[in-house]
Amino acid sequence: MNTTPASAGAPVGGSWEELVTMALLGTERRPPPAWAAGREAPVALLDAAAVETLRRRAGVRAARAAARPEPAAPDPRPGLPPAAARRLTTLLADRPGTGGGGRRGTAPDLMELLPQWLALANARGFAPPPESLPALLDAARGRTDLRPAALAFAGPRALWLARLNPDWRFALRSLPGGGTALPGPEDPGRAQQLWQEGLFAERVALLTSIRAQDPGAARELLATTWATERAEDRLMFLDSLRSGLCAADEPFLERALADRSRNVRATAAELLSALPGSALAARMAARAGSCVAVDRTRGTPSIVVEAPHECDASMERDGVVPKAPAGRGERSWWLGQLVEAAPLGTWSRRLGGRTPEEIVALPVSDDWQSELHAAWCRAAVRQRDPGWSRALLGAPSAPEAGGPGAVSLAERSKLLATLGSAERAEWVAGFIATHGLSEAFQLLGVCAVPWAGPLGRAVVDALNIARDAGSYPWSFSGVMGLAERCLDPAEAGRLEGLTAVADEPENAAPGAGGYWAEAFQRLVTTLRLRAAMTSELDGAQPR
Amino acid sequence: MTQQGVRWTADQVLALAPDAASRTAGSKLGAAGPWSEAGSSDEGTVWGLCRGSGSRPYQTVIDSADSTGPAYKCSCPSRKFPCKHALGLLLLWAGEDGSVPRGPAPDWAEQWMEGRRERAEEKGTTGGASGTASPGDPEAARRRAQRRAERITAGAAELEQRLADLLRGGLASAEQAGYGMWEETAARMVDAQAPGLAARVRELGAIPSSGPGWPVRLLEECALLHLLDQGWLRRERLPDDLAATVRSRVGLPGSADGPSVRDRWLVLAQYDTADTRLTTRRIWLYGAETDRTALLLSYGAGGRAPELTLPVGLAFEAEVSAYPGAGQLRAALGERFTPPAPARTRPPGLTASQAAARFGEALRSDPWLDSHPVTLARVIPTPDGDTWQLADADGDCALPIASSLLSRPGLWRLAALSGGAPVTVFGECGHRGFTPLTAWPEGAGEPVSLC
Repeated sequence: MNTTPASAGAPVGGSWEELVTMALLGTERRPPPAWAAGREAPVALLDAAAVETLRRRAGVRAARAAARPEPAAPDPRPGLPPAAARRLTTLLADRPGTGGGGRRGTAPDLMELLPQWLALANARGFAPPPESLPALLDAARGRTDLRPAALAFAGPRALWLARLNPDWRFALRSLPGGGTALPGPEDPGRAQQLWQEGLFAERVALLTSIRAQDPGAARELLATTWATERAEDRLMFLDSLRSGLCAADEPFLERALADRSRNVRATAAELLSALPGSALAARMAARAGSCVAVDRTRGTPSIVVEAPHECDASMERDGVVPKAPAGRGERSWWLGQLVEAAPLGTWSRRLGGRTPEEIVALPVSDDWQSELHAAWCRAAVRQRDPGWSRALLGAPSAPEAGGPGAVSLAERSKLLATLGSAERAEWVAGFIATHGLSEAFQLLGVCAVPWAGPLGRAVVDALNIARDAGSYPWSFSGVMGLAERCLDPAEAGRLEGLTAVADEPENAAPGAGGYWAEAFQRLVTTLRLRAAMTSELDGAQPR
Repeated sequence: MTQQGVRWTADQVLALAPDAASRTAGSKLGAAGPWSEAGSSDEGTVWGLCRGSGSRPYQTVIDSADSTGPAYKCSCPSRKFPCKHALGLLLLWAGEDGSVPRGPAPDWAEQWMEGRRERAEEKGTTGGASGTASPGDPEAARRRAQRRAERITAGAAELEQRLADLLRGGLASAEQAGYGMWEETAARMVDAQAPGLAARVRELGAIPSSGPGWPVRLLEECALLHLLDQGWLRRERLPDDLAATVRSRVGLPGSADGPSVRDRWLVLAQYDTADTRLTTRRIWLYGAETDRTALLLSYGAGGRAPELTLPVGLAFEAEVSAYPGAGQLRAALGERFTPPAPARTRPPGLTASQAAARFGEALRSDPWLDSHPVTLARVIPTPDGDTWQLADADGDCALPIASSLLSRPGLWRLAALSGGAPVTVFGECGHRGFTPLTAWPEGAGEPVSLC
């Protein structure tokens, strides 16, 4: 506050500054002032200072106001139901490091539920209580994976706050344009200006945002300055065409095939090969087709492969990388790239009108099978072809599905991602029923949340089997954690029976039964909590 | 003494937690999973069985509606009070998701409630007589008090001597002498049975290392300590009120023998400060009918949470009686007539200038005051360089926010609540700036605790 020395009335002693100086140096070193006459100097000084101190404190006046901050933009979304607001507070209060650490016990891991809560709240379009924003921003600061959902939920007032606190600058960075609205395709003047004058990050954000609304407009905007962009920037801009890719992009991408930069050429070729109707796709189909054929001369038909003998200039222009990585043969390297980029739809005609299943089932001569099938997998993922994905995945109960095969687990999970969520869940359920949980983690990660009924049951059954087999639950902690977050809360009732401490089988690890009961209790508690979270957000009235 | 069906909010429950660890542990237990046979009665009793690490579940029962504050019973071995099970159960109950249905209490819970009722009745019949009678004969007490006063007088005289020596040699030498000199003087004041003087002396020791401007602050505090010494030495000549203030500032215990004032008290703020030995809880209350602000203090020794807990935003009918002394806001909580319940009322607010003037007036009756509770109406939290201020929305005056608050999360909650719009803020206004404690949003909305 303004400590204004009171002007009314004469001071009893000297001025305040005079008193401070005298006190600092000591009364011994100063001649006694007139007002202290007849008294001991230090006591007279203390008397005068006490009067002045109170005068100064009592005379304090309000300060002049600084420029008020610009008010935050209004948030039109409705506020959370009270119960959901309280839930948010408890979820945010459970920051890592605040718990005792160590064993998790039966209590749910609240921080892990925050992403799900945010997704639910965002889907329903609620606004946060403003006083929760600092904790929300702190949580998003610590966990980058949380940022998109947290910032979407936090809304305009969080950006307003982030401008005032350097700790939360990330919120401005993570949002395109530093939180100011980007011009859309409906405002070509401003878009063009930002595109011409903006910083790189702003330009990428602009291009991405326009691409999401009007793919053609974004491509045309990029074309205006394409020739003058630096190679690294061209690569990033080209990459933003990946979303909303359509046949109309082909002429532009074809031109990019002649780019000076090899990385730009490769990306353009990859994008074109994802367009099965493109000229590049047709060229690749012709090249790949000439390498793969059905041999009918033997008793059972089989696939014969004749890998390309050279990588000519036209292949290179279409994005084929001529130099193989260390340890791989050149010819198989080239073959892989050709098959990967060829439209899958052309194989049926090429290989005797067979369906994808029949083609995958054909024997392949001379050990080319793994090379060929792996390339088809990459093609199925790139072209998002569920028919071929299904064929390449095979039956989940097949013995080779669980072990090392032509198709790795990572590729399987990518293939699964091209299928519909119900089919995906069913396949993974079948896989777990046959092969157990030890390989299932990656596959479970691509399944839609909450898990469909059959999948949830398969996971619970497999956990039950693992318990009866006598191992410790933390061997399955990854799957257990996923189950806590992904199992349908409606399953909680079925799990009740598992939360009791079972009699330990003879060969069980000591104490495992208790730990399993604890793990299942945590699972049930977490499911209950998730059910409560959802009903709170739906504003469900209690009984 | 009971009120039907007032469920608390989760915030109110969490405010009961004795420490941060229990708060976290309690929130984790606030889900249906580990609980069975949970239920609640119309009278505000909540019970449940919580599965823990042992084979037998813990029996937890809470009487939430007792007018003297909630009472807990849990069969777990925890010595925290309330334990995490009680907190978890209350959270579950507050969550209103149907996992704590209304119903008849099981025997074990009913027994406990029965016991409480009996004890309450006993207290009702025998109370008053045993509670207030002072032990020993009054003559001995008078002699004890006199001996203590003599000791304090000797201590105050010695302190005067030390202050004079300090000023004679100059404050600059105090910087070199360091903290040890002050510690020793403080110990002498403890021996003189003047804990108020001892605490002030100890604070003096910290000033020389408190950054730029320390000579001014040291002189101010030395002068006020001198004023307190002089007040004690001449207490017979002071008006009664001021003499009582001096006695309580020196550290003599007073008793809240002011007339009891009945009102519907709104809980404005509750916050704890802790040193190594003692946790002090301050609770500010506002009585709308009497337009009085009162301060309740509650202490917890050795890391235990203070016993009294009153969540912000609740109001209850009760009597409070003031401690003696001019400008004294401290009061003791007497009989409570209703359990705390959510209230919509807000205290009336002042402008920044009025609040500053109010502090000046308060200094008139107690010159040793550091701050005075005020409510500011329609102020906007405004950044001002590296600091913040609360600026009048409809004027051009502002109160700076105390620098001790700038690094705390409460300031950001206040800024977030405002979003550049006016808010109502209750806090302590003093010579070091304004310390916001609770804020209300513009329009309707519940109070947000900032501490």
